[in-house]
Amino acid sequence: MKTILLPFLNFSESTSGRVVPPSGFTAQLTVITSAAMAFLAVFALALSMATGRLAERWGNELARGSTVRISAPAEQVDAQVAAALKVLETTPGVAAARLLSEEEETLLLEPWFGPDLPLDTLPLPALIDVQETSDGFDAEGLRLRLAGEAPGAVLDDHSRWRKPLLRAAERLRFLGVLSLILIAGVTGGMITLAANAALAANGQVIRTLRLVGATDRFIAGAFVRRFTLRGLSGALIGTFLGMIAVALLPSADEAGSFLTGLGFVGAQWLWPLAIPVLAALVAFAATRVAASQTLRRLM
Amino acid sequence: MIEFHDAGYGYGGRELLTEMSLTLAPGSFHFLTGPSGTGKTTFLKLCYRELQATAGRVSIFDEDTRGMERDDVAQLRRRIGVVHQDCQFLDHLSVAENVALPLTVSGQPRDDGDLSDLLSWVGLSEQINARPPELSGGERQRAALARAVIMSPDVILADEPTGNVDWEMSLRLLQLLIELNRMGKTVVIATHDLHLIRQAKSQVAARVLRISNRRIQQSGADL
Repeated sequence: MKTILLPFLNFSESTSGRVVPPSGFTAQLTVITSAAMAFLAVFALALSMATGRLAERWGNELARGSTVRISAPAEQVDAQVAAALKVLETTPGVAAARLLSEEEETLLLEPWFGPDLPLDTLPLPALIDVQETSDGFDAEGLRLRLAGEAPGAVLDDHSRWRKPLLRAAERLRFLGVLSLILIAGVTGGMITLAANAALAANGQVIRTLRLVGATDRFIAGAFVRRFTLRGLSGALIGTFLGMIAVALLPSADEAGSFLTGLGFVGAQWLWPLAIPVLAALVAFAATRVAASQTLRRLM
Repeated sequence: MIEFHDAGYGYGGRELLTEMSLTLAPGSFHFLTGPSGTGKTTFLKLCYRELQATAGRVSIFDEDTRGMERDDVAQLRRRIGVVHQDCQFLDHLSVAENVALPLTVSGQPRDDGDLSDLLSWVGLSEQINARPPELSGGERQRAALARAVIMSPDVILADEPTGNVDWEMSLRLLQLLIELNRMGKTVVIATHDLHLIRQAKSQVAARVLRISNRRIQQSGADL
C-alpha cells in the first residue's frame, strides 16, 4: 500500500487504484470545477432555503390577518371605530378585532420615521387589527357593511399584495432548486469531459492493462475511483468555503428587516453537507458512463 | 492448446496471413521466423486474441475466439504471458508493481517474497523500486518476461524479445524461456535471429514456424 496526497486529504490507494497515472491537468480541472460548483451550490441552497422561509413567514403572518383603517374627522373617529368594531364582532369569520394603541402604531412607523415620531401632530388613521378564523370572512360583504356603518373605514385584507409576494418567493425557491440541478448537470458535464480527456490520453495504459488480462470493469473502476475522489475532494473544499462565506454574510438584524437572512438556520446547516456526497455521485456516474463508452470504442 | 483451422487475417482489403492450419501443443517450443513485415506480430496477436481471424477459425484453450466477449478475452489473457517488443509498461509504477500487474488486475494477492524471487530469477532484484524508464533495454525485456510469467501462464508468447539487446543478454533471455518450457509452458518466440535459434537447438526440441508468402511453413525439430 502506498499513500498519495489528494488535494487536502490523504487517501491510501492500492496499486489497483494507481494503474491510472496521475495527470495534472485533468486532475486539477476536476477538483477546481467540483470546488467551484459546490461553492455555487451552497449559495443556491441558501437562496432556496431563505426564500422558503420567506414564503412561509409571509404566508403565516399575512394569511389570517387584515386591517381596517379609519380615516375620519377627529370628532368622528371614536364613533366610527366603535361602529366598525361592532360590525366586525358580528361578522362571521372574524375571530378577533382590536384597535391598535398609539404605541403600537408608533412601533409600526418607527422603521420609516425613527423612534421620536410626534404621533399626536400627525393625522394618522385609527387601525383595527382583524384576525380571521380558519374559514375566513366575506371581504366584499364586510366592505359593504363597513361602508354603511363607518364611512371612513377601509378594509385591507392583504390579499392584493400577499399573493404576488408569495408567488415571488415561490419562484425564487424554484430558481434556487433549478440552479442546483443546473450546477449538478454542469459538474457532470465537466467531469465527463475531463474523464474523456484522461481516457483518451491513457490509451496506452488501457492497452497494457488489457494485455495483462484486465477486464473493462477493472479499467473503468480505476478511472471512476480516481474521478470520484477528485470530485468529492473538490466539493468538500467548495462546500467548506461556501459555508464560511454564507456564515459571514450580514445577519438579518444588521441588514434591516427587508432582508430575511440569506443563509441557513439551525439544522439547515446540515443540508450543505449533502453537496460533496452528491458531487461524488455525479462524478461517479459521469465517469462510469464516459469510461464504458470509451472502452467499448477501444475494442 | 492453440489451434489454427485454415485461419487467415486481412486488413483494409489486404490479406496479411492466409490458410494457416497448425496446432501449438502444450509444452511445445516454437520459433516463429520470417523477414520483417511478414506478419510475425500479427500471428502472435491472433494467438492471444488481440486480433480476430478474418477467415477460418482460431481456438485458444479449446475455445473458439470468434465472437468472444471482452471479459472472456481478459480471462484468456491471464493464461497467456506476452513479452512485447516494446514491453508496454506503466511508467508511473515501479518495476515490482509493473511485474505484479497481472496479479493486480485479476484481484490476486501479491506475495512480496515470490515477487522478489521472480525478480532475482530475471536478475532485477536491484531494480525492484526503479521506474521502467530508468531500465536498460535488456532490463526492460527481462522485466517484461517476469510480468509475462508471474501468473504461471500456460503459454508464453515473446515478440522479438532479443531485438534490442546484445548477444549476451539474448542468450540469457533465451535461457529463461527454455527454463520455462522445461516447466511445461508452451513457448513461442518470434525472431529473425537465426543464431539464437541455432543456440537453442542443443537444449530444447524446438520447432520452427516460418512465415513466407503469407503462409506458415512448419519445419521439424531438427534445426
